Amino acid sequence: MTLVEAQPAGPAAPAGAVRRLAGALHRRPRLQLTLLLAAPLLWLAVLYLGSLTVLFVSAFWTTDSFTSEVVKVWSTDNFHELFTTPVYRQVVLRSIGVALAVTVLCVVIAFPVAFYTARVARPKWRPLLVVAILTPLWASYLVKVYAWRLILSEGGPADWLLKPLGLSGPGYGLPATVLTLTYLWLPYMILPVHTALEQLPDNLLDASADLGARPGRTFRSVVVPMVLPAVAAGSIFTFSLSLGDYITVQIVGGKTQLIGNLVYSNFELNLPMAAALGTVPVVVIVVYLLAMRRTGALSSL
Amino acid sequence: MQLSRPARIALRIAAAAGFAVIYVPLLLVLLNSLNPDRSASWPPPGLTLHWWSTAWRNAGAREALWTSVRAGLGATAIALVLGTLIAFAVARYRFFGRGTVSFVVVLPIALPGIVTGIALNSAFGTVLQPLGVGLGLFTVVVGHATFCIVVVFNNVVARLRRTSGSYEEAAMDLGAHTFRAFVDVTFPLVRTALLAGGLLSFALSFDEIVVTTFTAGPGVQTLPLWIFDNMTRPQQAPVVNVVAAVLVVLSVVPIYVAQRLSADTATASRV
Repeated sequence: MTLVEAQPAGPAAPAGAVRRLAGALHRRPRLQLTLLLAAPLLWLAVLYLGSLTVLFVSAFWTTDSFTSEVVKVWSTDNFHELFTTPVYRQVVLRSIGVALAVTVLCVVIAFPVAFYTARVARPKWRPLLVVAILTPLWASYLVKVYAWRLILSEGGPADWLLKPLGLSGPGYGLPATVLTLTYLWLPYMILPVHTALEQLPDNLLDASADLGARPGRTFRSVVVPMVLPAVAAGSIFTFSLSLGDYITVQIVGGKTQLIGNLVYSNFELNLPMAAALGTVPVVVIVVYLLAMRRTGALSSL
Repeated sequence: MQLSRPARIALRIAAAAGFAVIYVPLLLVLLNSLNPDRSASWPPPGLTLHWWSTAWRNAGAREALWTSVRAGLGATAIALVLGTLIAFAVARYRFFGRGTVSFVVVLPIALPGIVTGIALNSAFGTVLQPLGVGLGLFTVVVGHATFCIVVVFNNVVARLRRTSGSYEEAAMDLGAHTFRAFVDVTFPLVRTALLAGGLLSFALSFDEIVVTTFTAGPGVQTLPLWIFDNMTRPQQAPVVNVVAAVLVVLSVVPIYVAQRLSADTATASRV
């Protein structure tokens, strides 16, 4: 960069050198490509993929239970333990259940909101509504979880609101976790659904009505199939972000444990077990991605 | 589809309820920072700015904010360089493994943060410890940069795909060499994409907690780590409330800047 900056005002000799260097580069596209990719690939491949690989390899190591030292002997004990220990199985199933529940809730809430912003609201207002959906994404993750900690606290706003009805808020626990995660990832579902609904051609809907379909039928047979890839795209965010989370559970989940918490609690004393547990969300997310790819969701991301 | 009047009204109510669900918790955080009661009793017995001045003088929160800003700037600087380099390679060249490169860039943000976090932590432990280098702010910057590359890459590659290489070729036909064409033609074309990518990347780093937990050395506390640490301490609750309120207010800034920058960045999601 210094060469380039010096070039316009600089004396003739360095300018000539820059030009010669540029010419040499221009004739060697392979060299250009190598120079472009060397640094970023070194970073991502060596630093990131390297650490990931070591982590997954270490899932096949064990830990000396007395010294907590990692013993580098190949074994599948960790995975055996993972599949046979009831607690682990339970937590894995619970985490997947939470991720699915969050996704379903997000779809249910997102659909009417997106339908309004994309097709009912005046066109003049639509860009502003999109911004209104986007803005909470910029508010801090932790602050949003904290907001729900306040809302669900004992004697807090939720209790206060439900008291006249003779009810009380859910308190901290599994329902609070699902609720908070739904709140966190909701914009990721509303946005793609909004975009898909906005792009839905009017004449398709008219054609459906001309052929005698009532609005309900048009919705089921035309709108839903065409919006499905967008729902799948949004679900990739809601599902995988929920599956890997362990902070929200710690803040509003009470004693609830998800996979992330198990990874975290094993990390200090038994890294190989933490690594084995960590492969679970990765595998589930990859399977989910592959399943969603069939719906065309990945191309509409 | 001609919606009936009741259906429209129902949708309007549902959407209003949806937006209420999105915004009420954030407004509650703002209101709670003015709650004079230390234990945040509900409804607030009154309003006060007392905690705001307390928070302003809180050394821990200030230092954490400064740490977060430094981490964000460092990570963004690295991500801008690396993300732009990959974007140029992927958008302007055809080579074996191009698809794989775009995939690897997305991976750090697609995988759960805790997996990335413990992977980096044990790698830093194995590689850096023998060199006598412990975890610190530097390792936080490295961790953050890894998942920030993708947002810069996404913004720049989208811009490059929409502007073909013919502008640069025209500049070269007119006698400009490679660097000259970059400075005079290509860079102005991607400048706003770089700004948008940098902004997104800073916001992502500023907000991150999971990877940070595993890459921060002792004594290094970013703002999210500070909030998480102090959230359950009754003593600190009023200050945490104010910091949370400040972050809610600050979230309007990037939206405003993104709107000013260009229409396409406003609709681009954070990921």
